[in-house]
Amino acid sequence: MDVALSVRDLRAYYLTSHFGVEREVRAVDDITLSVEKKEIYGIAGESSCGKSTFIRTIAAAIRPPLRVLGGSIRYSFLDRDLYDLDERALTEMRWKHLSCILQGSMNVLNPVRRVRESFKDFASPHMGLARSVFFDAVKAHLNRLRLSPTVLSAFPHELSGGMRQRVAIALATVCRPEFIIADEPTTALDVVVQKDVLALILEMQREIGSSMIFVTHDLTVHANISNRLGIMYAGRLVEEGSTRDILRDPMHPYTRHLIASLPRIGDVTPKKGLSGAPPSLADPPSGCRFHPRCPLAMDICRQAHPELTALAPGRRVACYAVSPLVQPAHEAAAARKATKADKSAAFLQ
Amino acid sequence: MGGLLGRTRFAAIDDVSFSLEAARPEIFAIIGESGSGKTTLARMILNTLAPSKGIIRFLGEDISRFRGRREQLQFMRKVQPIFQNPFEAFNPLKRVDRYLFASAYHFAGHHGRAGREAAADEALKKVGLSLAEVKGRFPHELSGGQLQRAAIARALISSPALIVADEPVSMVDASLRMSIVNLFKTLRDELRVSIIYITHDLATAYYISDRVLIMQKGKVVETGPARQVLSNPQHPYTVLLRESILSPDDVDKSHLAGAA
Ligand SMILES: Nc1ncnc2c1ncn2[C@@H]1O[C@H](COP(=O)(O)OP(=O)(O)OP(=O)(O)O)[C@@H](O)[C@H]1O
Ligand code: SF4
Ligand SMILES: [Mg+2]
Repeated sequence: MDVALSVRDLRAYYLTSHFGVEREVRAVDDITLSVEKKEIYGIAGESSCGKSTFIRTIAAAIRPPLRVLGGSIRYSFLDRDLYDLDERALTEMRWKHLSCILQGSMNVLNPVRRVRESFKDFASPHMGLARSVFFDAVKAHLNRLRLSPTVLSAFPHELSGGMRQRVAIALATVCRPEFIIADEPTTALDVVVQKDVLALILEMQREIGSSMIFVTHDLTVHANISNRLGIMYAGRLVEEGSTRDILRDPMHPYTRHLIASLPRIGDVTPKKGLSGAPPSLADPPSGCRFHPRCPLAMDICRQAHPELTALAPGRRVACYAVSPLVQPAHEAAAARKATKADKSAAFLQ
Repeated sequence: MGGLLGRTRFAAIDDVSFSLEAARPEIFAIIGESGSGKTTLARMILNTLAPSKGIIRFLGEDISRFRGRREQLQFMRKVQPIFQNPFEAFNPLKRVDRYLFASAYHFAGHHGRAGREAAADEALKKVGLSLAEVKGRFPHELSGGQLQRAAIARALISSPALIVADEPVSMVDASLRMSIVNLFKTLRDELRVSIIYITHDLATAYYISDRVLIMQKGKVVETGPARQVLSNPQHPYTVLLRESILSPDDVDKSHLAGAA
């Protein structure tokens, strides 16, 4: 197994203070996952569960009030932890090794400058080519993405939403990065354009052989693009598996609900959203954060948060009701420590 | 003239006509390409953009005649928008709760602070939020989905007769999407609110709409009862839309061109 990204115990909170009232929004809490080379790892979860925050954190795009409080982020192309890089090394890494495609793409395409300038700013420094050769390369790349070179002289707002996303894809792939991060890249597009843009992302990812994290709340998109899927709820990863297993045989009660609520043409049975309010991450529920809305909640669920536990190869779930193997996280951590101590003791004997 | 929205013809987008009956509240879905003029249409109905040709009547009155501030306010109280991109709809430098309080003040007559806060909280609870979560926060401090729900809550404060919702659920997950469209249903059935539901999401349009209108390049290509049109599309563009819908069942065989 060749790992492209390994995230361990990642914790990132928004630490704000309003009129002297401190608030801590626990948007990313103890997330551990890894992405294999050439894999598309999908992340889904309800609105405001922390998906974009996770993305910002692994893209080293954080700024106050967001703070990384713990954990590690290792990319295969870096010789150290992402947060041990200085500003220069980060600039060197961006676009060349790690690039982003975001919703609406306005954040990468500067609204008051022509598209050409964005390519010049982001891609040119990495490609080490003379200006004219550089733009020939860019044009060839645009061509591969079935975009006319005239987009270079357009302002972002002159392009349609679908066109803008194609340009963002071109920008994110022109330096052939090892890793691409996508956050809701097709959410604002109509179904016809969405399908085209997704196909394009897939095509580029395959051609370059990049690994990818693809965030969207839309499970029908994941069904078409993601190899594996991680489901987030209230800042935590609650289930992980192959996209097929998750969609066909969801285990966590939250995932089960999510999949049951998908509407389909031809299906008129009433569908319900989750009852109860989405949790506030400033004051998350104790124990399993899903417990106030979970039909299966038991006493232990309110007391201790369940460890995301491997139940089958490639399948992790954090729910007591799914398997007796799932332990409270603090006990699982203590047990891990104990085994480690045992091992070192055995070594000394 | 019982029309809530009567005999509407727009020429900027090409010759679109439809009417909704005040006596029969309904969810009227408008589906179409990105850039096919849906948002333009929404803005015309909201009277923030004048059609170059044609008339929009609300309860029998030509809305372009509403000139005075009182008339405008009266109209805005009854016809409320929910916009597509909440990050654009909210000023990044203005706290989100201010929008709710302003609506409570101007459209629902809550002049005291307690009344305003109660009205805002009640509306926010209908969309799965609360004032405690939103209070004092700027737009970028909320997630896309939270902000969209706040926008819907704001629209509910004035108890409108018509809501013009432009892509109201594109930013939210399936579960919340169902809560919001179910809320639309409740608004229609219990509060007799009509909703113009502009969307890309054919599955929810099928699920909640009474009628649907399909647009391509500013023109209406097909219209009729939602379930009939969506399950048995006639126009090639509607057929293409149907074929482009992604489904969770695609996990067995990706629907994307060229995918393995
Ligand atoms: N700048 C900020 N300050 C304080 N809280 C923030 C800030 N930005 C985001 N949050 C909070 O962090 C939580 C996670 O937000 P995030 O944007 O990561 O969610 P998301 O999963 O991407 O949601 P969506 O699907 O709606 O985009 C939310 O509760 C949000 O209100
Ligand atoms: S751990 Fe308990 S509350 Fe959490 S999902 Fe499982 S059964 Fe529900
Ligand atoms: Mg997000």
